[in-house]
Amino acid sequence: MAHHEIVIAGFGGQGLLFIGKVLAYAGLVEKRQLSWLPSYGPEMRGGTANCNVILSDDPVGSPIVQHPNVLIVMNTPSLDKYEDAVVPGGKIFVDSTLISRKVRRDDVDVYYVPATQMAKDMELGNLANMILLGTVIRETKCIKDETVEEALKHVIPARKMNLMDVNLKAIQAGKDYQP
Amino acid sequence: MIVFEKPHALTDTVLHYCPGCTHGIVHRLVAEAIDELGIEGKTVGIAPVGCSVLAYNYFNCDMIEAAHGRAPAVATGVKRALPDNIVFAYQGDGDLASIGMCETVSTAARGENITVIFINNAIYGMTGGQMAPTSLIGQVTQTSPYGRDPKTQGYPIRVCELLATLDAPQYLERVTVNNVKNVRNAKRAIKKAFQNQIDGKGFSFIEVLSACPTNWGMTPQKALQWIDEAMIPQYPLGVFRDKEA
Amino acid sequence: MSETVLMKGNEAIAEAAILAGCRHYFGYPITPQTEVAAYMAKKMPKIGGTFLQAESEIAAINMVYGVASTGHPAMTSSSSPGISLKAEGISYLAGADLPALIINVQRGGPGLGGIQPSQSDYFLATRGPGHGDFHVLVFAPSSVQEMADLTGRALHLAWKYRMPAMLLADGTMGQMMEPVNLPEPSNAFGDDNPWAATGTEMKRPHNIITSLDLSPENLEKQNFERFERYKKIEESECLWEEYMMDDAEICIVACGITARVSRNAIVEARKQGIKVGMLRPITLWPFPKKALAAAADKVNAFLCVEMNMGQMKEDVELAIRCKKPVELCSRVGGMIPTPDEVLEHIRQIAEGGNKA
Repeated sequence: MAHHEIVIAGFGGQGLLFIGKVLAYAGLVEKRQLSWLPSYGPEMRGGTANCNVILSDDPVGSPIVQHPNVLIVMNTPSLDKYEDAVVPGGKIFVDSTLISRKVRRDDVDVYYVPATQMAKDMELGNLANMILLGTVIRETKCIKDETVEEALKHVIPARKMNLMDVNLKAIQAGKDYQP
Repeated sequence: MIVFEKPHALTDTVLHYCPGCTHGIVHRLVAEAIDELGIEGKTVGIAPVGCSVLAYNYFNCDMIEAAHGRAPAVATGVKRALPDNIVFAYQGDGDLASIGMCETVSTAARGENITVIFINNAIYGMTGGQMAPTSLIGQVTQTSPYGRDPKTQGYPIRVCELLATLDAPQYLERVTVNNVKNVRNAKRAIKKAFQNQIDGKGFSFIEVLSACPTNWGMTPQKALQWIDEAMIPQYPLGVFRDKEA
Repeated sequence: MSETVLMKGNEAIAEAAILAGCRHYFGYPITPQTEVAAYMAKKMPKIGGTFLQAESEIAAINMVYGVASTGHPAMTSSSSPGISLKAEGISYLAGADLPALIINVQRGGPGLGGIQPSQSDYFLATRGPGHGDFHVLVFAPSSVQEMADLTGRALHLAWKYRMPAMLLADGTMGQMMEPVNLPEPSNAFGDDNPWAATGTEMKRPHNIITSLDLSPENLEKQNFERFERYKKIEESECLWEEYMMDDAEICIVACGITARVSRNAIVEARKQGIKVGMLRPITLWPFPKKALAAAADKVNAFLCVEMNMGQMKEDVELAIRCKKPVELCSRVGGMIPTPDEVLEHIRQIAEGGNKA
């Protein structure tokens, strides 16, 4: 029974809510039970921000993720804050360009992806978030490969639909990434 | 032959106003304007909190009683729901220029296509004669027993002049009703304020300098004189905005 | 039912209100409900409706009063501090027997408080938000689907009973996205409202919309009549949901987001062999007193899970006439209780045995 409780955390402006929305819309396309909950308020503008997504086969109880089994972090304060909350056996995805320290836990699977550097090298603008998402999809199977594009159609504003290809390219880069 | 009759837009209810109060005159002028423009059937009036709180019993059109100072907001709601109807707010100085100043300024700034009749008698009448935002310097009231002192109680507010700083209002005029000539002039202004609304021209506002003999502590005759002697120097009559002119 | 879409709670409120036939919205910006206004600002001009950003919360509720006086459905939305400002207008709406919908996406207080979610306006909403003797219908959604469904229901019942209704949500409900099936468009408001101020057309005596009556005898009569209506509402409009109550020995009472948190705790407690269930009030006024009284005959104890200092707990104690102990698990100021905290309270009650 698939049940993913996902926390995505970092600085405001890194596209954390965007990752969450892609996951949520993919869940919608796959007709799964889900919730998407952002942090809100002044912290969204440059401070630490986070987004909770639950994808499940059962009705979602609390939309607040207390113990994630998937953690995606894009700055050190977020890793500090959420590392201990991850359930044993959970998976942590770290943007290793932005976070220099290693995860201290030894009972979780950790994936270090230099997503920000990769986005720069591949001229993918600020799509480090989508690179990380690619690795997350590959490793967690929390959403299906084939629903990603449909989800992106919901999330990318109509006037920016020309950015679809570059988003897909970034996700693919994350899927292909090997340390 | 009928030479003089009560306007149809007024009900038969006996007015509760004090002897010498000019609310009755202004009610009549509003009703005459409604009659002459043939708009009674589609007019909705908003009554304030103050001496004219019971105005809803005196006008024959549909009437709504608003909370203190909120008549322009209520009028806005009515006009947005019924854009083809005629909507007027009838307010005193405490209601319009003190507790409701925010609504007054904002409604004027939006240029809502409504008509506002503002009774300025420089005092709170219904509660028994307290200082109003329009009370004159030195005016003795229950809450300015030593006369309004600008050092602690500030200066009177000239509402027409204040609203004239806004771009939106169509028509702003100050009139009075202390003699026959002035009553006739007030009638012309009030009718024009309704005609503007019929023509879709936007916010029209008539300030009427009014007498409150009871709370001013004067005879009705003296009160009418006091408008000339004390009020008009502070609140000059005239047109402060007329986009047509 | 339409297709399933993903929406924020605040957006679901706005769309559901439009689908229910509401075409007049007045609001003032305040976190965490601003999405309602933003949605209305986009949508209303396209469907011939009114969106107006008022100069204040006070003006907004009085614009609602103006529209309601004409017999058209109208709404406003705000968050806790703004609802305090609207209280005057809500009292006038109740006094003039006018229908209106008020959305309160609660945040922590008192005063300016914070912007994180809260349920601390429970008293404000359920005791009649404003001066005088009156009630408003109060609905407490606990999912985005309910944000939509109860918005429509609130509008229709406000209309049916000619009284204000409040949707009492919280910041979490407003901000979260969930799949939602939006209702079909409806319009139960009717065009013929003989009481409304729409102009006499010279065909009838004038209508007067007012809450003023200077005769104490008449005003008393009006109050009595209003409360007769309230009595009927208490008999027929209570909504609640029971979860795992069949064999429950402990009954959680929670609404909105804390009911969601409590579900997780109940699932965990059941795994540990503790027989716990939940009675979730969906209407907070009228409050499901009879259902709680019936539960009191079956369970050993109640646990209120609230994001306030125990405001609903008082209603639970009243409803069950203090027959069984009522415990409280509470977080305030924008904090949300975790399932672990609720579970800990459940365990303590279970281990404490029959306190009563």
